[in-house]
Amino acid sequence: MTKRAVITGVGIVAPGGVGREAAWDLLSSGRTATRRISLFDPAPFRSRVAAEVDFDPAAAGLTPRQVRRMDRAAQFAVVCAREAVEDSGIAGEPVPPERTAVALGSAVGCTMGLEEEYVVLSDSGRRWLVDHSYGVPHLYGYMVPSTLAVEVAHEVGAEGPVALISTGCTSGLDSIGHGVQLIEEGSADVVIAGATDAPLSPITAACFDAIRATTPNNDDPEHASRPFDRDRDGFVLGEGAAVLVLEEKAAAERRGARIYGEIVGFAGRSNAFHMTGLKPDGREMAEAISSALDQVKLDPTAVDYINAHGSGTKQNDRHETAAFKRSLGEHARQIPVSSIKSMVGHSLGAIGSIEVAACALALDRQVVPPTANLKNPDPDCDLDYVPLVAREHRMDVVLSVGSGFGGFQSAMVLARPGAVPYERS
Amino acid sequence: MASTPAGPVITGLGITAPTGIGVEEHWAAVLAGKSGIGRISRFDPSGYPVRLAGEVPGFDSKERVPSRLVQQTDHWTHLALYAAEQALADAGVDPRELPEYDMAVVTSASSGGTEFGQHEMENLYSHDSTWVGAYQSIAWFYAATTGQVSIRHGMRGPCGVICCEQAGGLDAIGQARRLLRRGAALVVSGGTDASLCPYGLTAQLSNGKLSTVTDPERAYVPFDAEAAGHLPGEGGAILILENPQALAGRGRGPGYAQVLGYAAGFDPAPGTGREPALRRTVEHALADAGLAPSDVDVVFADASAVPGEDAAEAQALRAVFGPCGVPVTAPKTLTGRLYGGGAALDVATAALALHHQVVPHTAGTAAPVPSYELDLVLDAPRHIPVGTALVLARGHGGFTAALVLGSVRDAG
Repeated sequence: MTKRAVITGVGIVAPGGVGREAAWDLLSSGRTATRRISLFDPAPFRSRVAAEVDFDPAAAGLTPRQVRRMDRAAQFAVVCAREAVEDSGIAGEPVPPERTAVALGSAVGCTMGLEEEYVVLSDSGRRWLVDHSYGVPHLYGYMVPSTLAVEVAHEVGAEGPVALISTGCTSGLDSIGHGVQLIEEGSADVVIAGATDAPLSPITAACFDAIRATTPNNDDPEHASRPFDRDRDGFVLGEGAAVLVLEEKAAAERRGARIYGEIVGFAGRSNAFHMTGLKPDGREMAEAISSALDQVKLDPTAVDYINAHGSGTKQNDRHETAAFKRSLGEHARQIPVSSIKSMVGHSLGAIGSIEVAACALALDRQVVPPTANLKNPDPDCDLDYVPLVAREHRMDVVLSVGSGFGGFQSAMVLARPGAVPYERS
Repeated sequence: MASTPAGPVITGLGITAPTGIGVEEHWAAVLAGKSGIGRISRFDPSGYPVRLAGEVPGFDSKERVPSRLVQQTDHWTHLALYAAEQALADAGVDPRELPEYDMAVVTSASSGGTEFGQHEMENLYSHDSTWVGAYQSIAWFYAATTGQVSIRHGMRGPCGVICCEQAGGLDAIGQARRLLRRGAALVVSGGTDASLCPYGLTAQLSNGKLSTVTDPERAYVPFDAEAAGHLPGEGGAILILENPQALAGRGRGPGYAQVLGYAAGFDPAPGTGREPALRRTVEHALADAGLAPSDVDVVFADASAVPGEDAAEAQALRAVFGPCGVPVTAPKTLTGRLYGGGAALDVATAALALHHQVVPHTAGTAAPVPSYELDLVLDAPRHIPVGTALVLARGHGGFTAALVLGSVRDAG
């Protein structure tokens, strides 16, 4: 029988609140967590707005040693993993360590730690030949993003396949997709899957300034992230993490686990067009969506809700509106589509996992989170984007998509337990 | 007439490594034991405790990579772009003739565009944010190589980037195999690395695994009584993997080798006292290939040369194969450890060993620790029939992977 992956635990650290319920409160309220950047002095930068997490590592349960060693992105991931495992109740089950895997995503790894240490060793950029004698013992751990997966593996005691997936802004969808593969092929019984990014540092701000990808709307930070709005002018950087516990469905049912949803389809495509540019036709994203639905022979009309990439750049929102129409046809006009980036910003690789976590909660609660700040619809974006307020809505099947630098396009299909029959094409 | 191989076939190799540029140069250097280790030339290393590394000799990005891409990407990606072009040519594939969604790129990355990133951080801190260039956003991040190779060759399938530090090269090939099983026709895999800039070397120094021995012949000598850590290097290999069914119809050669088995595992957290993952990962990979330990003709070892790690690897090999139970080799002493590119280059070298039916030796190691009980291939290549090769890799923090390759000469 085909193995299928189900979600039995959810952990979230997102702007606006630490923890799953705090995150859902924000997402279902339509409030935004975007503000003037406080993690560093944003004055010299073009874009001075971000969605920050008010995160106290000690209050979140990390030891002083962990705090010293771990980059902020690792701290987020470990706290999320702990919450997800606790939520799932898997800790009391006799799962052998070698049958537990980790699939963690991150776009930019331990950027903050890497940059902070660089400033010290280079004497604020004065020395190309940086002074190695001041190097902290965990500096190498900052240079390799795989450290994030190591920390999570140690936290949960995983000794099966462990990987850090880094496909830019689709990392968080691709890492969960990677975890689903491990369950389906039988390489693991439990996968701790998710993504984390903490990119709010001067070098990240500078590099997005340089390509004018982030919003210059500094006067009104709370309303700066405006996906699908006529006046959108770039994305708002964010940070955070989400981690899911994935289990093989039959095993999860046997132990009577609470199942948020099943992951029934996942596909990725690349546009092979441009590292940052998108063709307006949305062709490759549409292909990813169709392929993901086709894996369980789902008709486009089965989709009840789309959690959009919705970054709020001019090109993205048009691109994916076209992709939805191209893959779902007329049906795209009949279902709600929303972007939670309007509330929690764009946390690069992490956001894909935060969005899948939001989809799991939306399925569980039968509520669609809204697109905040959408007051002046763009005539080129003419779907039902659930403006401003959340909506109760009957959902069996939801779609979450991502699009990112490198030209990567990913699509994941989630279903309410039992809503989609078993055959796999 | 050989029957159709069971696993994905490695049909093309592209190599940019300290042992040379291109398959011929690399293979000749490996058989001759010609080392690519020397004093670091990319910057002045005199102020650092490690001054030796493996650099790719004579690689001028401007001659090998289109100028637009030289500007937009880090040296790490330059090495991969050229290797990918070589690998496709070696496989005799014209990507324009294959369905766009049936081709994918999955590379291993370890530390991204480190040198590019250091330059841009220097611009930011010694001047201001307006000095940071537009390409920082696409050159530094770990997905740069996969994205650029996909764009350059019009490959629109499900691309990926795996970061498992030095084990990632095997995991990328494992992922390529999954894609081929799910219907892809061709996957460009492997990886490169180039962290030989002052900040990159400083970061590597912090984990205490680099050798400070100053004699280039003796600095990286795994399994030796004088093993004192390893040296870093740059470069790696890009491999073309194809679906055997798709390959069969095209009337080209049989390729270099086929992928018979793969497994990944992870070490227990420090202090748990549990056994490291290597032994069972080897067993899982062999089980995946449907083979017994006695079917393996050679092991390409991880060969860290950090004494504790050497001892652990020897112990795992003894547990699976028995004392001196299988020839073991580590040609990577000629290149240093290439991080994201290291395991990929080992797979390329193992594929060449299967293709040419000769086991390359481990140059440098002179006096193996007797208690390891390893049949190390030393001094000269060993001419023995090579039907099956096992490649091992371990990454910082506990990543462990094993890949089983088989000859395509007498497949089936």
